[in-house]
Amino acid sequence: MYAEVFTTMQSTTPPTLLQVDQLACERDERSLFVGLQFTVKAGEIWHIKGPNGAGKTSLLRQLAGLLPVDQGQVSFPTGKQLLYIGHKLSIKDQLSANENLSWLTALTVSSTENQRYAALEKVGLRGYEESLAAQLSAGQRRRIALARLHLNPAPLWLLDEPLTAMDQQGVMDEQRWFVEHLRTGGAIVLTSHQDLLLDNVKILDLSAAVEAAL
Amino acid sequence: MSWFDNWHLPKWFYQMASPKWFFDFGARLQPWFAALALLFIVCGLVWGLLYAPADYQQGNSFRIMYVHVPAAILSQSIFLMMGVTGAIGLIWKMKVAFMVARACTLVGASFTALALITGAIWGKPTWGAYWVWDARLTSTLIMLFLYTGVMALNQAIADRSVAGRATAILAIIGSINIPVIKYSVEWWNTLHQASTFTLTAKPSMPPEMYMPLLFMVLGCYCLCAWLVVQGTRNEILDQERQASWVARYLEDQ
Amino acid sequence: MMSFVLSIIRRDLLLVMRYPAEMVNPLVFFVLVVALFPMGVSPEAKLLSQAAAGVVWVAALLATLLSLDILFKADFADGSLEQLLLAPQPVWALVLAKVVVHWLVSGLPLVLLSPVVATMLFLPTEAMPALLLSLLVGTPTLSLFGAVGAALVTGVKTGGMLISLLVLPLYIPVLLFGTGAVAAAAQGMPVAGYLAYLGAMLVFALMVTPWAAATALKIGQMQG
Repeated sequence: MYAEVFTTMQSTTPPTLLQVDQLACERDERSLFVGLQFTVKAGEIWHIKGPNGAGKTSLLRQLAGLLPVDQGQVSFPTGKQLLYIGHKLSIKDQLSANENLSWLTALTVSSTENQRYAALEKVGLRGYEESLAAQLSAGQRRRIALARLHLNPAPLWLLDEPLTAMDQQGVMDEQRWFVEHLRTGGAIVLTSHQDLLLDNVKILDLSAAVEAAL
Repeated sequence: MSWFDNWHLPKWFYQMASPKWFFDFGARLQPWFAALALLFIVCGLVWGLLYAPADYQQGNSFRIMYVHVPAAILSQSIFLMMGVTGAIGLIWKMKVAFMVARACTLVGASFTALALITGAIWGKPTWGAYWVWDARLTSTLIMLFLYTGVMALNQAIADRSVAGRATAILAIIGSINIPVIKYSVEWWNTLHQASTFTLTAKPSMPPEMYMPLLFMVLGCYCLCAWLVVQGTRNEILDQERQASWVARYLEDQ
Repeated sequence: MMSFVLSIIRRDLLLVMRYPAEMVNPLVFFVLVVALFPMGVSPEAKLLSQAAAGVVWVAALLATLLSLDILFKADFADGSLEQLLLAPQPVWALVLAKVVVHWLVSGLPLVLLSPVVATMLFLPTEAMPALLLSLLVGTPTLSLFGAVGAALVTGVKTGGMLISLLVLPLYIPVLLFGTGAVAAAAQGMPVAGYLAYLGAMLVFALMVTPWAAATALKIGQMQG
């Protein structure tokens, strides 16, 4: 349904945002994958697939720089500007939606209260801006974290299971934000157990890499 | 992990530190360490226990010094060694260095315990009590606490590469604190005057009492080297059990 | 960088204000431990006044230990630590911010409470300034070394007890000089030397611990 986005993208050669070379990962003395190789260009969305324990989260954490890269290389040709939203949402129970968004955004850019309110409205949290996160549902808490997507200018998004706990409307909305981000020259690497409804999703299947590791 | 990712040394440095290389090289070193340890310790013990003159104040009970002092010295040296190997492991991402540090832990803790036990045994005839808050005994006790901390952290983390790195940091922080701890304990001890004379800080120890001690210290260093190499080799076999050379080695045995 | 540090300090102080028990509990513990001592040993003023400095200092060490858990544990559990580590600012700046908050919330109240508990133990009035000053210079060192311990156990499930084993041996020099200062003041001797040692230890801790805690935090992520 978003095919036209990609035909316009292909007319110029988009810059490479992330390059992965011969990447391997070992956890608890067990090899998860070896020899991963892929290039993420602006305008691309990559869906990392694989069974539980295949190392999807570990791969994202390696890309973000939270796990050390012992073998292979992860490089960012245009600079390391990324937004990582992990499995743990980093939402503080004792802070309001607005306050949570404020400190999380402040780690990289400054934001005004108006901008934060607008971002919260985009993710469907209008009227909940000053509610404590402890009083919100799992889906609403995830929406606070996702509001960061609308405030942080980083071109590369690394999202770990961004569709879990979201209702049907939320899943649709989220994919619309993805498309918008891709259209403005961004790129996305995500893990998900659901299939995306977007066109031209690049698939990275870790189960193949697991077999290679054994 | 940025800062230790960006340090690089020539390739030979890494080859030298490959587990297999260390395993083979350690096997060649071990007989030398064993022979030297045996030589020094036998000489030191025979000389110290049978031929050295009795102490004019303490009589024969001072002879336990020939075990106590080397053990106390090694307790600190091995902790320092843990700190240094831990730093090497962190900076150059060297697996073998963490294995050496891990092997040091148990050896060091054992020597520390030995120093405490011999100190207590020595204390009874000297002070009339098994425990006195003497400067050396107190700082040895603190050393034992430092070792138990390292061991507890090592055990609490299941993933060995993580455990190796975490204990390396603790060992580094502990090592640079050893002089501070030693100094503060000595100062505290003189302030409170808990004992009128310390066990070994005699103004003049005659050479025939001192030389056996030197032999014992050297012998214990060699013994410790043998133990650490052996411990590291065991650790290598365990952690590299998936490597093909380990399978071949075990078949040959 | 300064704004990064300040924003973390502001956030953490706000969190403490929203949930003050985290700050109050170790302080209650501090007073409780001191109050136990006369009950366990003797209410006799002469004996208590001799032991007062040591008891207050040991109680302060234990109370600090109890509060170390708040340094990184919650941030690790909810994932905030990941985001803080990914921020472009150096991790040691994060550690320093955390230590400042920890000291404001745990160390400083201990210093302010110490005259009260010292009076309960009949500490001579002339030794009171020495106790206050030694705690004032000594407690930041406790927070700094404590940060290393807390960072080392972030990913460890049985963290609480473990921190004590890792950190207490490192606290011993601070304890010795801190109580030494009070003892000297009680005998009418100068305390400047002791405070200088405590100050030197603080400088030493400032040089070493932010790096160590930062590295430990990154290593802790390997278990996340």
